[in-house]
Amino acid sequence: MTLRDLKPGQQGVVTSISALGLVKRRIMDMGITPGVEIRVIKVAPLGDPVEVNVRGYELSLRKEELQQIEMG
Amino acid sequence: MSITIALAGNPNSGKTTLFNELTGSRQHVGNWPGVTVDRKEGFFKRNREVKILDLPGTYSLSPYSAEEIVARDYIVKDKPDAVIDIVDGTSIERNLYLSLQIMETRIPLVIAINMMDEVEARGDKIDCEKLSEILGVPVIPIVARSGRGLKELMDAAVKVAENHEKPKRIQVFDQELENAISGIADVLGEKDPDESWWKAVKLMENDELVEKSMDQSQMASIKALIEAAAKNAGGDTEAKVADCRYQYISSIVKSCVRKARQGHVETKSDRLDKILTNRILALPIFAIVMYAMFACTFSENFLFIEGLSSPGVYLAGIVENLWGLITDGVIGAVQGAGASEWAVGLMQSCMDGIGAVAGFLPLVLVLFLLLSFLEDSGYMARVAFVMDRIFCHFGLSGRSFIPMLMGFGCSVPALMASRTLESDKDRKITMMITPFMSCGAKLPIYAMFASTLFADSNQTMVVFSVYMLGIVVAIGGALILNRLAFKCDTSNFIMELPQYRVPTLKSVLIHGWEKVKGFAVKAGTVIFASTVLIWFLSGFNLGGMCDMEDSLLATIGNAIKWIFAPLGWADWRACVGVVTGWIAKENIVSTFGQLFGGVSDEAVEAVMAGKEALPAIGEVFDKVSAYSYMAFNLLCMPCFAAVGAIRREMGSWKWTLRAVGFQMMTAYIVAFLIHMAGNLIAAIL
Repeated sequence: MTLRDLKPGQQGVVTSISALGLVKRRIMDMGITPGVEIRVIKVAPLGDPVEVNVRGYELSLRKEELQQIEMG
Repeated sequence: MSITIALAGNPNSGKTTLFNELTGSRQHVGNWPGVTVDRKEGFFKRNREVKILDLPGTYSLSPYSAEEIVARDYIVKDKPDAVIDIVDGTSIERNLYLSLQIMETRIPLVIAINMMDEVEARGDKIDCEKLSEILGVPVIPIVARSGRGLKELMDAAVKVAENHEKPKRIQVFDQELENAISGIADVLGEKDPDESWWKAVKLMENDELVEKSMDQSQMASIKALIEAAAKNAGGDTEAKVADCRYQYISSIVKSCVRKARQGHVETKSDRLDKILTNRILALPIFAIVMYAMFACTFSENFLFIEGLSSPGVYLAGIVENLWGLITDGVIGAVQGAGASEWAVGLMQSCMDGIGAVAGFLPLVLVLFLLLSFLEDSGYMARVAFVMDRIFCHFGLSGRSFIPMLMGFGCSVPALMASRTLESDKDRKITMMITPFMSCGAKLPIYAMFASTLFADSNQTMVVFSVYMLGIVVAIGGALILNRLAFKCDTSNFIMELPQYRVPTLKSVLIHGWEKVKGFAVKAGTVIFASTVLIWFLSGFNLGGMCDMEDSLLATIGNAIKWIFAPLGWADWRACVGVVTGWIAKENIVSTFGQLFGGVSDEAVEAVMAGKEALPAIGEVFDKVSAYSYMAFNLLCMPCFAAVGAIRREMGSWKWTLRAVGFQMMTAYIVAFLIHMAGNLIAAIL
């Protein structure tokens, strides 16, 4: 399962990041590391990107990036 | 003894507010050498011996963007006497990630926990003393907007700077990783063990910039050490390093921060967001906000009241009138002093050149006050969030929307608004295509052709189609630039959505003023020089002063007109029109008025408004070539003021020339296709 499969209001725990290179580093720098809890807040009005809450703040990612975050 | 203190911190952590509070108005804004990243410096207002430097806002010291490289190079190579790291207390976990990285460099450091008022309002508690004990650096609670805690902060910063108090080395990583990093640090063996350690950590993170600086003999043994460490770290040391830092942060936050309520707490900001980025309401609200901003800046029928100028237009009118009076006065004085005709002409063109810059200033000012309000309030991030879906199809991000929309008013502030784009690639592409959005000054050209050559067709549709053409070409241009010129860069949209905050008046004003000053100085020189050059070319030939028909410009027009034959208008007057249009696009109409039969100023104004025709241009243009000419002027190099703005924002002449070259080429190709297709259709009909 990846973060993309979560619906707004649902939350889950990150198990690993399958993204590569700069995108991976950015994702991790922003606090999405294995073991962290993420909650999906909402999907943008046009269907993409998605707003999530992680470590107490709001972050927006595209679905393409959500797909590269594995959830337990 | 003078000392330098650098301010570091995440974007939206209140760094700029703190900088403004500490320096007052004594600041200097420039660019970092070689890159277009703001370099702000100022002196501490209570002690002029202390220089304060505002580093670009970054989330980490990884070399991710130009901003981050600048911030890190400054800390690691230039070594300020101390760094103040501003931490947003409301998202302390993510903010401390940067703090840990700064501590790894062992530069004297003070951590300022900002937004303490919001933390308290939520009922949360941050134990700064305990945090300071654990991290081994001073931790000062502050509220940058109100000035609370700033004295304590500066006292602490000056003290660590004067005593060169290095932060102690804390054990963030697990034992295996620590050992592996020490191993690499030993191989490096720099004179300064701290530098070895920092580089070793960065090598563990697969940092390309540090890797490149290594010599190859060392790299082999280092690679082996990293590979050995990777086996213990589940194959990926980079992830392991980030993971360890965050685990460490989680543990200290657990012991130093007490939350009033556990789990997800809905803040005021969240409630506002429910409306502003609501599935149904988001787009209408957004359209209203954009329209309001546009109307305040450019509208001549403000609040739908016929003839009421918006603040921007009103101020621009005042400046223009004022400058007109000054110009008349100066010219009168020069004439009175018995100066020769050409000297008066030169003076006139100099004054007009400066006037052209001055006339833009109010528009730039009003637009930037509004833009910086939206930016500082946090709404701009939501705009990008809402619009991203559309723009990602063209390889851009949602942030490109604002500059492109502003382009319909005036390219100059629009190009400057492209600064809000984070990615360098997005910024450059946006700047290259923004002038394709048909600006207000291009409308008189369409009005002239519509009333003269398209009198029998639907004139509104003709003008509208030119606007649409600009949008379509901009989208096509973005796609092509993405494929060809920037193919290695991928764009992403990993962006913080900061809490909504009411910006302080002071920060909005300072922001707006900086923009205006920057534009006046940098763009001003380009506009001024080019205006004077064209004045000379259009008023002189080798024999001295002359009419435009006999000028050097006419000679040049005659010499180059063959280039435009494939576009359908191989006429010197048309070529001269293109050139005078570079001073200001509406000049094309007055140039035509002059060259096609000496029309009076009043008549030119009527032509500009589309109320009157200019039949003489029918000698040169038919419908097809007129459309090709409109398209060419829509797409070709924008006015010098806009080129000046491109130069300023690109930060390099090379990129400015590339942008202008791209625009000229696009204009030529599109106008050529229109001419071919138009004639083909005409032949069939």
